[in-house]
Amino acid sequence: MVAFGGWDMPVEYSGLIAEHNAVRAAAGLFDVSHMGQFEVEGEGAIAFLQRTTANNVAKLVDGQAQYSALPMPTGCPVDDIIVYRRSERRFLLVVNAANIQKDWNWLLAQKPSGCGVHDLSDGFALIALQGPKAEAILQGLTPVDLKQVGFYRFAEGTVNGVEAIVARTGYTGEDGFELFVAPDAAPSLWRRLIEAGRPHGLLPAGLGARDTLRLEARMMLYGNDMDETTTLIEAGLGWIVSLEEAKGDFNGRAVLAEQKAKGAPRKLVGFEMVERGIPRHGYPVGLDGEPVSAVTSGTFAPFLRKSIGLCYLPAARASVGTELAVEIRGRRTAARVVATPFYKRPR
Amino acid sequence: MYPQDYRYTKDHEWIRVEGDRGRVGITDYAQKQLGDVVFLELPEVGRFVKAGEQFGTVESVKAVSELYSPVGGEVVEVNAGLAAKPETINQDPHGEAWMIVLKIADPAEVGALLDAAAYDALVASEAK
Repeated sequence: MVAFGGWDMPVEYSGLIAEHNAVRAAAGLFDVSHMGQFEVEGEGAIAFLQRTTANNVAKLVDGQAQYSALPMPTGCPVDDIIVYRRSERRFLLVVNAANIQKDWNWLLAQKPSGCGVHDLSDGFALIALQGPKAEAILQGLTPVDLKQVGFYRFAEGTVNGVEAIVARTGYTGEDGFELFVAPDAAPSLWRRLIEAGRPHGLLPAGLGARDTLRLEARMMLYGNDMDETTTLIEAGLGWIVSLEEAKGDFNGRAVLAEQKAKGAPRKLVGFEMVERGIPRHGYPVGLDGEPVSAVTSGTFAPFLRKSIGLCYLPAARASVGTELAVEIRGRRTAARVVATPFYKRPR
Repeated sequence: MYPQDYRYTKDHEWIRVEGDRGRVGITDYAQKQLGDVVFLELPEVGRFVKAGEQFGTVESVKAVSELYSPVGGEVVEVNAGLAAKPETINQDPHGEAWMIVLKIADPAEVGALLDAAAYDALVASEAK
């Protein structure tokens, strides 16, 4: 067990690599109840979210989710979040566990008007069922027709006989669902899913596999790959920055629009090791023998069976094929910029 | 569980004395703490190491761990195939996953190491 954002969480159950590969081949079950949930509710909800988030909330229909961020005027994120539209006046925001208090303070400082913001984090447990067998496993436990729940869509219904939000979202690069339930309903749901999933090859999966899975899929981790010093454009998140007219003004718009048009001075890239070695968070990165940055996330990738990582590079030197060096225990170890995601699931 | 004829360090290496030589690896407790081992770096044959000196590095997906020599001596053999199959360290830590063989400089250093019972007690206390 490891302390994480005020929670005790298992790094692994049966073994990180087995758990990782179970999610790629069959399914894995994650307890991600540490994640935070806010509700934004009221007539002014859309207007408030338009000026406080990066993506265009007006594009959402009921039952749709959207990856987004809470930018500051600098264009750097306070957090990355998922916005779920339950109705025109009721939105659920899922935020990072370590940022719950910070996000809460930030949103209140943006002076919500025509809507209320409520911290529902203690009211939800969150269980993620991820992997190609996720739908087959879950369908037996819910009357919700999962075939009708598309990617980044959700339904409100029952699972295992209790009320749940069933969202086709995740952090693994696989198909799968995240199930929001009342905390007291979570233990029996967990056991039921383990039981139903066992014949399909499901394994319970810990924080360790969650991190390696998301990195293979080049999903970013707030606090490592982006933070209050990296703009959304630098982090490669231009696709969640909406400059559409319907969106209107929002925190950081000016900076983000300029970087989107002219390019940012640096860019988060994916690399793989050419020489033997495992890059890890914080290891120095060099170009032509000069230090330029540090590894933001790095690991041995269990499914790809190679060492991969992310780091920021000057935009002029960020193209695929660029050779760089990661300093591993004092030794410059060769690596090369590659296209990302490192892993893309077969469709 | 821990072989009686091995000696152990507090850093969770073992050594099996074979005449004037000693075969070195990491313990079952160490591999369990590490989890799936995916990377190993060992010294070249001919290097001299002191007791307690780092002779290599082992990495699992989640952690980096340094390897310390139980006694001083010259590295006379290295398990060359192990780096290509580091998962052997999880599967057979006390056997096939030996790492180096040392020509022991001072046999008295072996006597200073933990025996199986003392190592067992150390692991039991760390596990608490």
